[in-house]
Amino acid sequence: MSAAGNGIEVEQLVREYKKGPRAVNGIDLQVAPGEIYGFLGPNGAGKSTTVHVLTTLLPPTSGTARVGGHDVVKEGPKVRSLIGVALQEAALDPLLTGRDHLRLQATLQGVPKERRKVHADELLERVGLADAGDRKVQGYSGGMKRRLDLALALVHLPRILFLDEPTTGLDPQSRTAMWEEVARLRREESVTVFLTTQYLEEADVLADRVGIIDEGKIVAEGTPAALKAEIGRPSVHAIPEHEEDREKIAGFLAQFGEPLATTRDVAVRLRAGLGLTDIVRAVDANGVRIADLELRAPTLDDVFLAKTGRTLEGAQEEAEAEQEERRA
Amino acid sequence: MTALAAALASPSLSQVGAIARRAIVRTARQPASVIPPLVFPMALMAVNAAGLDSSTELPGFPTDSFLAFALAVPFIQGALFSTMNAGTDLARDIDTGFVNRLALTAMRDWSLLFGQLSGVVVLGVFQAVFYLSVGLVVGVDFAAGPAGIALLLVYAVIVSLSFGAVGAWLAYRFGSGETIQALFPVLFVFLFISSMNAPRDLIGVEWFRTAATLNPVSYMIEAVRSLIIEGWNWQALGLGFGFTIAIGIVALFLASRALRTRMTRT
Repeated sequence: MSAAGNGIEVEQLVREYKKGPRAVNGIDLQVAPGEIYGFLGPNGAGKSTTVHVLTTLLPPTSGTARVGGHDVVKEGPKVRSLIGVALQEAALDPLLTGRDHLRLQATLQGVPKERRKVHADELLERVGLADAGDRKVQGYSGGMKRRLDLALALVHLPRILFLDEPTTGLDPQSRTAMWEEVARLRREESVTVFLTTQYLEEADVLADRVGIIDEGKIVAEGTPAALKAEIGRPSVHAIPEHEEDREKIAGFLAQFGEPLATTRDVAVRLRAGLGLTDIVRAVDANGVRIADLELRAPTLDDVFLAKTGRTLEGAQEEAEAEQEERRA
Repeated sequence: MTALAAALASPSLSQVGAIARRAIVRTARQPASVIPPLVFPMALMAVNAAGLDSSTELPGFPTDSFLAFALAVPFIQGALFSTMNAGTDLARDIDTGFVNRLALTAMRDWSLLFGQLSGVVVLGVFQAVFYLSVGLVVGVDFAAGPAGIALLLVYAVIVSLSFGAVGAWLAYRFGSGETIQALFPVLFVFLFISSMNAPRDLIGVEWFRTAATLNPVSYMIEAVRSLIIEGWNWQALGLGFGFTIAIGIVALFLASRALRTRMTRT
């Protein structure tokens, strides 16, 4: 795999903030040309810092990164000419229209004057904003802003696209529309996509390969299928009908596999050769009532749990609590 | 293609033009940014002209029309509004991440600074034309004639550029619209301790006269005033233009340095 062409290569990348933690702590990763790479992790894991370094907005403290064959430190302008970026905060000017934004972006990116209008029309059409293109952005919904942000990232036909949590806060319909467009870009235009997300489903649906980052380090990497296969065995999740039965259920379920740390239910990762029927028999034999019993195939959350000892949701809550504490 | 046409078609000038256009469009779409710089200086001038008209009877007062005397002040006051508007807009761009969006394009750093300042200059000239028009409508004679009016418009360009650069420096340095708005009254103090309401040699309070003499804003006002009520006073013009250009050079230097720090792209 090579960063020449449209790939990305990162070696031992570190980014430290003054008076702050090491946001990115020695990561290595490679993204092949035309691949969608999902960078999955909770808030504060180091996803956005990595994107800022790869897009030349932040210099790394140490390590190297090459994007499209160019060093992000020594060849910033060359890297910028190859990439399109939609950062986490869709920084749009509320007083400009969608078309104003596209015109400004196209001029700054050096799109020839005679192409700008046609190109803006095409992009507005493609992201479903043709009717709203002449409206000020202050009247746009969150989904419309995200779609405009994507159109702006595509204005100079980049070969590599960085999308930093492109669907955070979007309704399911807007999220699906965004996924379809990203998938189309890869399929029809062979654009390499580096996508950060905190949504398991997004990484699972879109990404060819996923890197899971936690506390600045990549804890797992591979195709979603391979990562889940690594976990291998399914898990059983039981919700007791009566809360006081929780401990009893946990006790007899433990004989079927290793307990999982969850908050809502009692769960175990099943040992090889065991199935749901074994659990049902045990529930019956122990005389407890179960409100809900579910057999789940491994998910990326299970991968995260196996690698970090926390669920992604739990890590998210921890990160938010830490942020609150720092603010206080 | 002529050299000028080639220069105008160059990517950098297109970038400056695009940023300037954005600055003008967003200001034009905010009546709160357009109307106060036009109305407040005129209102202050009207109030002062009504209340201080009798001061024209003081021996040595350079004109018998206080309105003509006071018309110079809006040019500087309007430029101060431009400082705040340019600074606040830029600080908002930093705060919202819009500067990051621009930094990710092929834009050169100085295109952002000069684009924003070009927008400020266009608005500054628009304000100057408005103040001049009001002056002509209320019967103020321009002693320096049409050439003086033309020079006044050139001065409007320079003072908008210089004060706009101060605003840009504050924005890049502090990155916060609130900080700039908090500094605005401080900038206005310079206006109020100047010769805005009386010639320096007629200011009776000694400390005030000294402060007004040390204050560059006095010389800026006096340069404009000289064109309106005296004609061609080269000393006043030299001092006014000199201080304005000096402030502009220092502010542009500081703003471009702060911009480099702010835009940390590699």
